[in-house]
Amino acid sequence: MSTEIIHESPTLKGAASDYWSRVKAGDIGALPAILGLVALCAIFGAMSDVFLTPGNFANLLTQAAAVIVIAMGLVFVLLLGEIDLSAGYAAGVSGAVLVILITNHQFAWYIAFPISIMVGALLGFVLGSLVARIGIPSFVVTLAAFLAFQGLLLLLAGEGGTIRIEDKTILAVENSNLSPLLSWVFFIVVAVAYVGTGLNRLNTRRRAGLKTELVKLWVIKTSSLLVITGGAVFALTVERSNNPQLVSLKGIPYVVPLILFLLAVGTFVLGRTAFGRHIYAVGGNAEAARRAGINVKRVRISAFVICSSLAAVAGMIFASRQNSISPTTGGSSTLLYAVGAAVIGGTSLFGGKGKMRDAILGGLVVAVIDNGMGLLGYAAGIKFIVTGLVLLVSAGVDAVSRRGSSVS
Amino acid sequence: MSSPILSLRGINKSFGPVNVLKGVDFDTYAGKVTALVGDNGAGKSTLIKCIAGIYTPEAGDFLFEGQKVEINGPRDATELGIEIVYQDLALCDNLDIVHNMFLGREQKKGPVLNETSMEALARKTLDGLSVRTVKSIRQTVASLSGGQRQTVAIARAVLWNSKVVILDEPTAALGVAQTEQVLNLVRRLADNGLAVVLISHNLNDVFEVADNIAALYLGQMAAQVEKKDVKPQQVIELITTGKSAGVSGVNA
Repeated sequence: MSTEIIHESPTLKGAASDYWSRVKAGDIGALPAILGLVALCAIFGAMSDVFLTPGNFANLLTQAAAVIVIAMGLVFVLLLGEIDLSAGYAAGVSGAVLVILITNHQFAWYIAFPISIMVGALLGFVLGSLVARIGIPSFVVTLAAFLAFQGLLLLLAGEGGTIRIEDKTILAVENSNLSPLLSWVFFIVVAVAYVGTGLNRLNTRRRAGLKTELVKLWVIKTSSLLVITGGAVFALTVERSNNPQLVSLKGIPYVVPLILFLLAVGTFVLGRTAFGRHIYAVGGNAEAARRAGINVKRVRISAFVICSSLAAVAGMIFASRQNSISPTTGGSSTLLYAVGAAVIGGTSLFGGKGKMRDAILGGLVVAVIDNGMGLLGYAAGIKFIVTGLVLLVSAGVDAVSRRGSSVS
Repeated sequence: MSSPILSLRGINKSFGPVNVLKGVDFDTYAGKVTALVGDNGAGKSTLIKCIAGIYTPEAGDFLFEGQKVEINGPRDATELGIEIVYQDLALCDNLDIVHNMFLGREQKKGPVLNETSMEALARKTLDGLSVRTVKSIRQTVASLSGGQRQTVAIARAVLWNSKVVILDEPTAALGVAQTEQVLNLVRRLADNGLAVVLISHNLNDVFEVADNIAALYLGQMAAQVEKKDVKPQQVIELITTGKSAGVSGVNA
């Protein structure tokens, strides 16, 4: 599943020096985000009795979900070196379409949801066309759209301002869980698929007589990932209701498989298809991509379509979490948290570097700061300042590592 | 001398009132390095852009392996097996060597990129060119030196069973050792049977690797001669004045 560039490194020491040379070449990878996540969890765990409880952990995941999905879409746009400031309100508008279709027009969720995604895709197509065909900078196009989509959402939400949703399936995404048994089945299926993909890649390369990733390193990485995720599944299958007789709360929230599905598809598209390769190429050197015969405009427009379509998925998640949509859905700090998530995860603002998993790692960092500081009783103002500083530090690391990579 | 693989006859190209190429004849031969020299503005770039299909000349014929062909776009040139390595190389820094070599022409197995076959073919091509300076073909181009980048760009051009490779000032930005590496590579391309066109300002380079030399002067082919028949001083005269004592103005 992962598409990391494989380096010839016969020993762990060699692998470490390879990693260091990649860092010097401007590719810091996922390590800083992982270390940051561990450090933040340790700090908040030590300062708050509630932070490391299963209940809060499940809460954290559902809090982070919408921002993570928007960030996943932003990765595509950021890879081109562009930005989409309107993704938050694109989520709001698509979510409003979803809720209006279901609540006011009695559509079934499985019809309304695809329509809302098409609305998102259409918004993205307009943005992408303005950027790629007319040549308006994406910053300006999406800043204008930020305001326009906010207005559109206000009009859709209408006089009352809030439209409730009572569809059981949509509400279940953020509010219900897989049963503990299904949770473990899900974990095992994903784990087998992940290990199988990795083994398959090692085997294919070995059969073709190509140098393979150090097997020892692969085993260490994969097993530690399985132990951590297995622990997380265990924590989620523990009863976390205060009153289990009344209502039982255990298992993986439904939104987690949804996000993992998007992660798998997105990683496949970016890493294993020609389209994904062309996104990296356009972000790295658009002129070189054009001369290589790549349709640069089409790649640009597609990235904006994907970004806004994923924002529409996030709109559904917002509707599920808030049981409604309102004129502020997808507004406030949503977009900035999503951009922050992608950048903190390791996606470059300068284009050409980034992965789908960055959105998840960075999204968790942002959610942990938000959740942990909330538990410690800090004011929203302090939370915003700290999150802003973390984003600045990540963008600074990105800029500095990029400077290191420029060829002398 | 054997018959040329690609011949240009009477190529004319104007931009508005400016007549840049005036009836230019030019020949390239399989297994030979043909140096294209000329002062700034002599029409070297225009000539290769005509060959690449970027410009369409107003008059003149292209003969490929003795047959008259039309080159009306970059795709026509590529299909004939003509590849051009531009001066600014056009590589993506963030992609690795294999990705760059196959950019825009990726090999696929169904919808999925076939990384193993691409890597194996890239490896084979680099080995065929006796390239030993690259540590890993999975390192990003950002980490390569100028000479290594030139090597990757050239390897990309020969990956496609190309027959004619045109190199635009390949050594202009390189140091002494790297220039030597690239010139050796240019020589090996010709020894492998390709027709190589080398555009260069540096007569030392030209005399080191070229088999024959074509000198453009103000849009006209001053002479295309075999290297062994001329001295550097005569080539300088051809470049600066368009004629030189003892060199006939017709194709060799």
